[in-house]
Amino acid sequence: MTLQSPPEPGLDASPTARPTRRSIDHVLMLVGEILITAGVILGLFVVWQLFYTDVQSGRTQSAALDELTFPEMPRVAAGTGTVDTAEPAAPELVELIPDELKVYSPAGAPVLGKQSEATTFGALHVPRWGYDYVKPISEGTSRARVLDALGIGHYSDTAMPGDVGNFSIAGHRTTYGKPFTDIQTLEMGDALVVQTDSAWYVYRVTSAEIVQPSYIAAIAPTPDQPGVAPTVASITLTTCHPRYSAAQRYIVHGELEYWAPTGHGYPSEIVEGA
Amino acid sequence: MYGWIWSHLPGPIWARAIIAVLALAIVVLVLFEWVFPGVSALLPFQEQTVTDA
Repeated sequence: MTLQSPPEPGLDASPTARPTRRSIDHVLMLVGEILITAGVILGLFVVWQLFYTDVQSGRTQSAALDELTFPEMPRVAAGTGTVDTAEPAAPELVELIPDELKVYSPAGAPVLGKQSEATTFGALHVPRWGYDYVKPISEGTSRARVLDALGIGHYSDTAMPGDVGNFSIAGHRTTYGKPFTDIQTLEMGDALVVQTDSAWYVYRVTSAEIVQPSYIAAIAPTPDQPGVAPTVASITLTTCHPRYSAAQRYIVHGELEYWAPTGHGYPSEIVEGA
Repeated sequence: MYGWIWSHLPGPIWARAIIAVLALAIVVLVLFEWVFPGVSALLPFQEQTVTDA
């Protein structure tokens, strides 16, 4: 791709003029090539951000789920069979948690202790997003270690699942496996089911709001009321808004309806047709 | 720059083409696996947490 400047007519090809001209050409050529390269790299970045992050993070999140050793496998999204098999299990074959084991109060609920950063300690099931929707929940909200890799991250200073307080989690709405991509489809009363090693926690959506990124009251122990001592077990989901933007945050709040110990089957909320 | 690289690759044209494609693939791999994830975490386009920072 070397460009030779043609001999200029009428110009004397003096040994001093010619090399100067050629080196200017070379510099221009180099600058042009660098600019084109920069353009291609920016284009590749967009392709990577929009498409490849889903592949990379999908893989990481899948692996994180597979490593969980809960009594009920999070992968077996009850009623729809496993994610890996096409055949759904018949609902009557799926064991459901008996009613007498459900506790409609946070009282006595097992509450996990503090987790170290990037530890996957639970799974989130959201039947509104499909009975096969299940994503790992990991500790912390660092972009690089948790949100960009493991998906849903738990705000470290907020309550753990089932605890009186506000169990707050964040997730991407676009790219990186986009766990909260359909957050705007949640309706009042929709189930948000959190699974840990020792318990199932079934929350119900109570409200949604769009706020400024600095609105930390969203994750206050009593949602939207900082400084007020909590009396109920809440859940809060935060993600970006609008899609592909970071201008605002989309917030969904919920409250614990009941919890039940693991080892006795699945909550009927996440079993299709149950 | 690219002309200079091309003229300094060894072998006949087909061999140079293979080397060039391999080099390109390596560059894209390095960008996708390490450079872009690192850069992206520093950019403010993809924030989903509420924070008082």
